[in-house]
Amino acid sequence: MSDSPSASYLPEHPPVTDWVHDFDHTDPVWTDDPFPIWATLRAASPVVHTERFLGCYMPTTYQAVKEIAYDTEHFSSRRVIVRDVRPEITARAPPITSDPPEHKPAKQVLLPPFTPDAMKRLEPRVRAICNELIDEFIADGHCDAAARYTKHIPVRAIAHMLGIPEKDGDLFIKWIHQILELGIKDENEMMGGVREMTGYFVTHLEQRKLEPGDDLISQLLRAKGPGGQPLTDEHVLGSLRLLLIAGIDTTWSALGSSLWHLAKTPADRERLVAEPALIPTAIEEFLRAYSPVTMAREVMKETTISGCPVKAGNMVLLSFPAANRDPAMFPDADRVVIDRKENRHAAFGLGIHRCVGSNLARMEMQVAIEEWLKRIPDFRLDPAGKVTWSEGTVRGPRQLPVLFGKTA
Amino acid sequence: MSKLRIRVDQDKCQGHARCKSLAPELFELDEYGNAHEAGDGTVPAGLEDKAWLAQTNCPEIAIEVTEE
Repeated sequence: MSDSPSASYLPEHPPVTDWVHDFDHTDPVWTDDPFPIWATLRAASPVVHTERFLGCYMPTTYQAVKEIAYDTEHFSSRRVIVRDVRPEITARAPPITSDPPEHKPAKQVLLPPFTPDAMKRLEPRVRAICNELIDEFIADGHCDAAARYTKHIPVRAIAHMLGIPEKDGDLFIKWIHQILELGIKDENEMMGGVREMTGYFVTHLEQRKLEPGDDLISQLLRAKGPGGQPLTDEHVLGSLRLLLIAGIDTTWSALGSSLWHLAKTPADRERLVAEPALIPTAIEEFLRAYSPVTMAREVMKETTISGCPVKAGNMVLLSFPAANRDPAMFPDADRVVIDRKENRHAAFGLGIHRCVGSNLARMEMQVAIEEWLKRIPDFRLDPAGKVTWSEGTVRGPRQLPVLFGKTA
Repeated sequence: MSKLRIRVDQDKCQGHARCKSLAPELFELDEYGNAHEAGDGTVPAGLEDKAWLAQTNCPEIAIEVTEE
């Protein structure tokens, strides 16, 4: 997921005035409310282009996103973040940065620990984590739900799976901020985060070699690659980097957006409190309407997507979130319909790179929303506070101040 | 009422597991979390709606439902 430290730091980007020909997913207007921008881009073309980021396309329709996600011949996953710089690739994070034929064996190693059955075994711990967090703030009558609740659930869950101390979660959050947000424009932040994270995991790897356990790190060390050989340390480290980077602020974001929606939509909140059996369906709709993750591809060979020519050497901002707002695919696409029956949303991607942690994310969302609504059935946005959103390719609230109880 | 039969296209399934969540009686998952139809794919009477629900929520359009 990271690149070498050869390139220099680039300054802040100029503000966007022409979204169709000069889009920028790090612009503050996009960060604050991207949905009208996507509608404008979609109305202009199924694929738009910007000269920023050394040249980048963005598919704007569900169909165009799907064509690119399924086309591993013309579109490589070797770079999965659209950035200002495109240095030589060094540290990989298989399988997210892998293309066929390397992709399948790398992914198969990671799949068994993340099946729905495996997640059922983890569920009681996640339920306990949620209640431990709520215990810390429920008596206050208010909280920043992003900073005190949604942020900590995925970190602690993945730490538990990896067999590392849950209290190390703050370190993980710092590295992820450096890599996914600051790293878009600042190579040093990116490299610093990757270096510290790799050093941390090297220590745990050595320890597991001496004292193997049932945790995911030990499982990866025991796993066999395609030739029946154990995975190299570099491969295991890459996959651990991936699990941490991909497994934390993504679910933090999806959960935060769900609670943000419920805080400002009393009818939906009351319905889920009265009909908890509807929560899984509502979660799918939150995942569709507020998909947190935008991926990237690199164009390897010239081709055509939805009738639009795309040229090699450009990056692609693969916006599953924009696909999920396409009215050609979803009736009333900009409306959140918590009992939406037909919902082929692409929040976890389409094709071979389907998110390996999708069952984990869904379980975490289900448990976190159930436990929150059980204990805090009434809550609303704090009119004196400000909701802020993350910048870059993972979107969710980073500040979410809410008040508990009914309005007086 | 006609009988329904389901089939999961193994080349298309990517393991989203939406079908297993919506119609647990009709689908099974392998050790990698990829889905296949339970038994010979015949949908027992009363579960037809669930079969269609699974079909219309599969992101990869991997589920075929046929009426016999």
